[in-house]
Amino acid sequence: MSDTLPLSIQTNRRMDKWLRFNPDRTVRLAVGKVELGQGNVTALAQIAADELDVSLDRIAVLSGDTQDAPDEGQTTSSQSIEVSGRSVRLVSAELRARVLERLARRLNCSPAELSVEDGVIRRAGSPTGHDYWNFSTAEDFAPDIEGTATPKPHTAYRVVGKPVPRRDLPAKVSGAAFIHDMVRPDMLHARILRQPCRGAHLASFDEAAVRRAERGAFRVVRVGDFLAFVGADETVVQRAAAVAPLHARWEGVRQIGADQQEASSLVGAPSNDRVLGTDQPASETQPIVTASYSRPYVAHASLAPSCALAEFRGGHLSVWSHTQGVYPLRASLANVLGIAVDKITVRHAHGAGCYGHNGADDVAVDAAVIAMQVPDQCIRVQWRREEEFGFEPLGTAMHVTLRAALDNAGKPVDWTADIWAATHVQRPSTGGNMLTHEALPTPPPDPRPTDPPEANGGGGTRNAFALYDFPVKRVVHHLVLQPPVRTSALRGLGALPNVFAIECFMDELAERAGVDPLAYRMSMLSDPRARRLLETLAQRCNWSARGPAGSGRGLGLGWARYKNRAAYAAVAVEVEVEQEVRLRRVWCTADAGLVINPDGGRNQLEGGILQAASMTLKEQVRMAGDGITSLDWESYPILRFSEVPEIDTLIIDAPDQPTLGMGECTFGPTAAAIGNAVAHALGTRIRDMPLTRERIAAALLQ
Amino acid sequence: MIALQVNGRQVSVTAEAATPLLDVLRNQLELKGSRYGCGLEQCGSCMVLVDGEPVYACSREIGTVAGRSVTTIEGIGSVAQPHPLQQAFLDEQAGQCGYCLSGILMSAKALLDRNPSPTRADIVAALDKHLCRCGAHPRILRAVEKAAAMLRKGSRS
Repeated sequence: MSDTLPLSIQTNRRMDKWLRFNPDRTVRLAVGKVELGQGNVTALAQIAADELDVSLDRIAVLSGDTQDAPDEGQTTSSQSIEVSGRSVRLVSAELRARVLERLARRLNCSPAELSVEDGVIRRAGSPTGHDYWNFSTAEDFAPDIEGTATPKPHTAYRVVGKPVPRRDLPAKVSGAAFIHDMVRPDMLHARILRQPCRGAHLASFDEAAVRRAERGAFRVVRVGDFLAFVGADETVVQRAAAVAPLHARWEGVRQIGADQQEASSLVGAPSNDRVLGTDQPASETQPIVTASYSRPYVAHASLAPSCALAEFRGGHLSVWSHTQGVYPLRASLANVLGIAVDKITVRHAHGAGCYGHNGADDVAVDAAVIAMQVPDQCIRVQWRREEEFGFEPLGTAMHVTLRAALDNAGKPVDWTADIWAATHVQRPSTGGNMLTHEALPTPPPDPRPTDPPEANGGGGTRNAFALYDFPVKRVVHHLVLQPPVRTSALRGLGALPNVFAIECFMDELAERAGVDPLAYRMSMLSDPRARRLLETLAQRCNWSARGPAGSGRGLGLGWARYKNRAAYAAVAVEVEVEQEVRLRRVWCTADAGLVINPDGGRNQLEGGILQAASMTLKEQVRMAGDGITSLDWESYPILRFSEVPEIDTLIIDAPDQPTLGMGECTFGPTAAAIGNAVAHALGTRIRDMPLTRERIAAALLQ
Repeated sequence: MIALQVNGRQVSVTAEAATPLLDVLRNQLELKGSRYGCGLEQCGSCMVLVDGEPVYACSREIGTVAGRSVTTIEGIGSVAQPHPLQQAFLDEQAGQCGYCLSGILMSAKALLDRNPSPTRADIVAALDKHLCRCGAHPRILRAVEKAAAMLRKGSRS
């Protein structure tokens, strides 16, 4: 086995796990990555259609199913197209080659004489009477996947590179489409009384008071400090759960101090520290410039509350979930419930966009715990809105201090990034706990925070190394061990705060040197793909006509290569700032190698830009007392239709380069471009996100 | 028993008057296209039309719509026979996760019924009570403009 094979193939060598020829002349493609609203399943079908030479509508995709689909871990980190796409391409090419080689032996010809047209096999252009469905046998599927078949050159693609419409969208604009809409036989609805935090104990619960407030029929299921309201009528259990906290008394609830919601509270907190990059001490050559930037805790803030279904029948647990990874969730369920993985099936069903690790997995454990207590019925749990905001893992706050020793021309000769952040990934597989598990009679040990290794792109260190030609760079990573709330993966991990810091600091250094910020960057940037991106961006946003600072209107830019090795994106933003920041226009250029679906890619770029803009301008999770206090959309506002700018995106096609995911690459550049545009508009800089009305007023008073 | 019209059909439901319209639509009438987002009239995922006007179904009590006409996304078109608005959303690929779309489509329907030639500002104003977390806003605005043009063209011919 070659270790250069994509991980997805290394762990799933059976051909029939991926591909089958169905009797109805379709091809079943099974993948472990799941549709989260990003269009990856459509793109994977495009890849298979081209490699197998069948029309796209013959590819029927099954995604995320522990019974029938391959284990591809989590759907995260822009890896669906990079890893799963590469796997689907290799697997499809290999199956096609196997079928053609066997037919060539039968016809006593060379496989090169054979071609496939929509699944029908021809020899030198003439019909052979054979096609995938009537000729392929178990023999083609018997050997393990070798991964050595040669995929087509990109010039031969017919479906890849085309703006194919998403497969799941028609149902979503028409009616039932989501896990929330599933109806199963013997289905009961459930809602949870949440343990306020790990270690809290439900000292008393006045069930009679809840029943006085809600007279409908429901039963109470209690396991340790986990308590659920279960009944046939969703309205009833929802109302019971809504009043329940008033009648519950908890002991051992941790208290959150007023300052702990701010990123500044991370600095000096207990942490695991390491130094990356050079081990030589920081240069004391003068001048030395430092500046600190921050982002507060942010929420995934999925539009739908998390939801799951579970049923325990005949000793087997079936779970439906909008999880990012059905196999990892199955392992967690086995661990929490103490049953074997082969007694559990997890199937993916569509949810609202999650943008990382939100409540999806936790609500699935809720449903499973109840199902074990109430067997032979389907238990449907839907979180309440305040539960979603109050208990989903957050994107950690980050505080980044940059320090540069400069040469005579004002260019850095020695660059240090000091980063304080809690963990960016806290799943059960990486030292975290399922929420529900902590309320059960035998809770798991304390979480052991770790951060993704740099080989996987890092967490707090994601994009921490500036991609400029500085002679000496180091990163000091302080992994803060005990943040006030649970933190885990949120789109881009540390990339947004790090790129915001680097690219804002570059503008500040350029200003200090008296050089145009773009010219300053270009003088220290040798990557030709990055240079091309910035040059094209500058033309499109008319950078050369950028006026003086302090006029109330600003133009700023930022760029990054996501994870320092994935897709490139450069973003320019034009703003107007009076009391608030008004986004007027956004331009984006991106290079993601060979593009599978250009419209799907543009959709991802646009969405990344707007979500990052929302976080940069508006978002901060509020917390005090016994938990999170921003529990609705008024206390956690996001960007609205009236605040959305015009967006111009250009994907610079690089068909000879490996395909790279586009969902996260705009995140950091957008935040940075807004930061720089606001500084240009105001003539003074705001270094702490979100760039709110209060922060603008404070900056103008300085 | 509460009698009302849903998607042009006369229906009677047994429910407490205070039951949210959304729960009745989803759980009694099995119309799952109207979605629960917040229960607080803050996100618009549950938007339906009552006598042609956009209404938050999550907080509207069923007792208050007795005798009225309710329209949900299922009432304007289907996968097989999409309404021009739905078709325009598909043409523009105006969505990512899609959870917000059915509610947005209902507000857009009410707008176009009232004003066949809305400006961009009119559309923004009509949709501003809706949240979209994925950032599909520019496509959604384009899709509503396109649907308006399709409907104007259709009504002329």
